Amino acid sequence: MTIATQDTSTEWDYSPALDSTKVTIEQKNKLYIGGKFVSPRSRAWFATTNPATEKKLADIARAGKADVNAAVFAAKTALPKWSRLSGSERAKYLYRIARRIQERAREFAILETMDGGKPIKESRDVDIPLVAQHFFYYAGWADKLAYAFPGASSSPVGVCAQIIPWNFPLLMASWKLAPALACGNTCVLKPAETTSLTALRLAEVFQEVGLPDGVANIITGEGDTGRFLAEHKAVHKVAFTGSTEVGKLLMRQTAGTGKKRTLELGGKSANIIFADAAIDQAVEGIISGIYFNQGHVCCAGSRLFVEESILEEVIHKLTRRLGSLRVGDPLDKNTDLGAVNSKEQLKTIERYIRCGVEEGAELHQTNTSRLPKKGNWCNPCFFTDVQPSHTIAREEIFGPVLSVMTFRTPEEAIARANNSPYGLAAGVWTNKGAKIFEVAKKLDAGIVWCNTYNKFDAASPFGGFKESGFGREGGVHGLRPYVRLGGV
Amino acid sequence: MARLTVAKTYKMYIGGKFTRTESGRSIAIKNLQGEVAAHVCHASRKDFRGAVECARGAFSTWSDCTGYLRGQILYRMAEMLEGRRDEFASAIQTMQKMTIAAARKEVDASVDCLVQFAGWTDKFQQVLGCANPVAGAYYNFTTPQAQGVVAVIAPHTPSLLGLVALLGAPLCAGNTVIVVGSDVNPIPAAILGEVCQTSDIPSGVINIVTGVQSELYEHIATHRQVAGIYSAALAKKDRVEIEQGAADSMKRVRFSTLDGDDWFDGSITASPWNIEPFVEMKTIWHPSAC
Repeated sequence: MTIATQDTSTEWDYSPALDSTKVTIEQKNKLYIGGKFVSPRSRAWFATTNPATEKKLADIARAGKADVNAAVFAAKTALPKWSRLSGSERAKYLYRIARRIQERAREFAILETMDGGKPIKESRDVDIPLVAQHFFYYAGWADKLAYAFPGASSSPVGVCAQIIPWNFPLLMASWKLAPALACGNTCVLKPAETTSLTALRLAEVFQEVGLPDGVANIITGEGDTGRFLAEHKAVHKVAFTGSTEVGKLLMRQTAGTGKKRTLELGGKSANIIFADAAIDQAVEGIISGIYFNQGHVCCAGSRLFVEESILEEVIHKLTRRLGSLRVGDPLDKNTDLGAVNSKEQLKTIERYIRCGVEEGAELHQTNTSRLPKKGNWCNPCFFTDVQPSHTIAREEIFGPVLSVMTFRTPEEAIARANNSPYGLAAGVWTNKGAKIFEVAKKLDAGIVWCNTYNKFDAASPFGGFKESGFGREGGVHGLRPYVRLGGV
Repeated sequence: MARLTVAKTYKMYIGGKFTRTESGRSIAIKNLQGEVAAHVCHASRKDFRGAVECARGAFSTWSDCTGYLRGQILYRMAEMLEGRRDEFASAIQTMQKMTIAAARKEVDASVDCLVQFAGWTDKFQQVLGCANPVAGAYYNFTTPQAQGVVAVIAPHTPSLLGLVALLGAPLCAGNTVIVVGSDVNPIPAAILGEVCQTSDIPSGVINIVTGVQSELYEHIATHRQVAGIYSAALAKKDRVEIEQGAADSMKRVRFSTLDGDDWFDGSITASPWNIEPFVEMKTIWHPSAC
């Protein structure tokens, strides 16, 4: 018998556990305008690929100016009737949408994973359930708006231009559409160019539930399409999730126009671990904080601050845990990290990793998953010996790259965490109650996760301080960007 | 022979001190009869930057105060304003054709507005914040907190009430404020410094500069230590300039649409929805099961 001497730590592997549900994809994916799928007037198309295989999935319409005009016109035309519809009727449409999403959840999850590269366990267990919850949650608000703004009356803003990123494609669509529709607005949504498929499938759901034509329009395209949309004169509101750079551009473009804005932008969120924390739980929090969705998360805990006395222990446990992550086929149910969303983003992440090494930080890239030959893959990693002035400690990388730094006192941790133009999220780990609330209070961040990280819920407001943007999405606060208040 | 009156030269109020502009410039303010009523400082960008430093330095003191204490201090400010009704009424009348009764009405409304804001300091948190019923074993709540330094660009009319209404909202939430007085009638703003000085407002919490507002827009909008801007009745070109400048540091900019009689309705001016643009909502999660 040779079992006793077999090296079990590296050779054994899981068998592939691929999700076998078949999802069909149209070869040509048209624009959804006025309740119909229509060919683009621009006659232009672009390809969307599976980032895990680099194989083309389908062609997507590239909306030009005339298409944007048509979509905005459809939304404008639908506005009077939709905004006057009683809240309880609007609610029922949104409830129906939530139900159909739940019923088609598996299909949505697989499509999301194929088009975007995120692991199926995340699209199946996090993204799509949250999408359904958002529609369900905001459905209930549609007839209760009088209770949301004490002392003020509310009315819809009008036609909303909504531009969303590629990291949580359908989830971002629901964050934008559900509150806007509940408040009686009509919308034109533009998904990111690399991840349009699930938003277009959501349009099928709108058709299935009989959502009135033009209430929600979905147009696909690249940056120009988004710019035409945001600049359109008949648009009353611009809601954008994406980079701080583009957010600033949108703020300049809409300056003085009176258009309402919600900007949910970048982050460089701090995750602070005190010596009196439950270390094993904290290490799990670090892992989910930075490696969730390949690190393509605006609120990723990308700056880790460890109290000096426990640095060695944390690094040891982090190294072990990083080694156990499985990187690979996103459709495999055992995969922890899937494919990087695009070649372009992969290059950006790789440039940051090189920059970290060049500036003198120590790279720990200890995961040994066998990466597929084709596709966009990034080996998750962390850096030690990071100085606050290092590029990797200041700029948003949007990938599975963690910067580890140390501190000695709570004051130092707070000061260093706040030393960033961003202010989206933060994490605090300690078992001392008063300390956790004192630190949470002093952190400049819109979301503070205490003894947890990267938790999301339709009832919980999300959005940042400072250059991470303004406005909140989720909860009662998520209604505010979609109403005008009277009597104030 | 008639007595020669002593015309006052108003100083600015920065960091708890009455100072003249570093530029040495002043502006003669003429009354409706065309006579020089007073001189006020013509602030430079450097004066504004100095005011921002003072406001920034006072921020943690003011935002860490309990709401109860901030409320008492604002109430004290209202008491001081009430005590100088006649002085403010005549300052308003200087530049605006109105009866003394109308001017007094504006002063009274200003005092009342301040009292309303004094009351909000320990209550708006309960109206704007909440506990969130998330689908999981977590305590989750959202609370408002102050943003930092807010620049208030005072409207020309109503010259005192407009200023007090725009000042009160960010102040009551714990922000520190720089007021840029109206260039048409800066006298109420200039006297308000004296009210601040005799109430218990900590140094640097309210800073008042006077001069030509439009000269300062670019500096206000692009100063990275300014978190928010609040104004009313600005021309479109000014709104464009301010919002374009504000984009780089993502300032919270609010152009109030208050107009006419709205200003005299405390339920409108002192609504918590006017405080809301100058707070950040923070959502805190904590597991509630082990």
